Amino acid sequence: MAKFAKKKKKASAAISTASLPDIVFMILFFFMVTTTMREVELKIELTNKDLPEATEIKKLEKKSLVSYIYVGEPKVNYQRMYGTEPRIQLNSAFAELSDIYEYILAERQQRDEAEVPFMTTSLKVHQNTKMGIVTDIKQELRKASALKINYSARKDN
Amino acid sequence: MAKREIGEINAGSMADIAFLLLIFFLVTTTMDVDTGIARQLPPIPEQTDITDVKINERNVFVVLINAQDRLLVNGKPMNVEDLREKAIEFIKSDPDNPELPEMEEVKIDGINKVVLVGKGVISLQNDRGTTYGRYIEVQNELVAAYNILRDEAAMKYFGKEKYDMLNEEQQEAVREVYPQRISEAEPKNVGGK
Repeated sequence: MAKFAKKKKKASAAISTASLPDIVFMILFFFMVTTTMREVELKIELTNKDLPEATEIKKLEKKSLVSYIYVGEPKVNYQRMYGTEPRIQLNSAFAELSDIYEYILAERQQRDEAEVPFMTTSLKVHQNTKMGIVTDIKQELRKASALKINYSARKDN
Repeated sequence: MAKREIGEINAGSMADIAFLLLIFFLVTTTMDVDTGIARQLPPIPEQTDITDVKINERNVFVVLINAQDRLLVNGKPMNVEDLREKAIEFIKSDPDNPELPEMEEVKIDGINKVVLVGKGVISLQNDRGTTYGRYIEVQNELVAAYNILRDEAAMKYFGKEKYDMLNEEQQEAVREVYPQRISEAEPKNVGGK
């Protein structure tokens, strides 16, 4: 019996939690650094699920060199003003086809001249959109000689 | 005046504060990376030099998508599932088959060999009423066909399983063996809205 009593006493050393804040801070910093908050508020109906699926996808590298063009139906609260036909969104506002040229030029101006050839335009288009509007956008991009494009798609499992 | 002693600040709640912040960032973090199909648009041709380039009919693989999202490949209806296989057959070509594109001997520096390279061009045409989803699906199949062949070439010439595993020079050589030639025609309005 005495043997058991002895063992019990030894096992009850409390673990020090003094380093817990350090650990938590470490994880915290990791998430703070990796966090990217959505920079634009989407005015169109476009979630990740609405993007088309593809298998031959590549990662978009150098996010700072990517300009985005969103296409889809306006969200319900904008439908009274903008209707239900698919619209283009640049930055955080609805835009017309003719605005794309200016947009690309403006994006280009913000970047270093040496980086301009590596700039990519990412088309985030709802999969139910008709190709007409997409073709028009592509035509505008060609006019602005923004020839590197990326059709945003999600991984098909 | 007696100097007041500053009491030690209790650091016990530090962990709580840190946890709070941690949870906030955990929730707002989106780890997803943007992915998509990378393509290159052709530059706008100069108005003056529009000439009809004669391409032999057997060298063209015409893919039409109509407003009802149906496919017409070289004049025959086809399912998207079969497109990849047909495209591979076309790109690879065969010197003995007069139906498939012509081939020419090209000396490729990267592998120091003369290789028969198909002269086929894939022409993709879509209607304004085609849905974007279907268009991407077709694009994906065509790119997949090229990728499969390039992986094959990577295995054959360099003993690597994937094209992506090759170095810059080797990739260039493989690209010469299977050059990606997908041409997109100016859109037409066929089949109504």
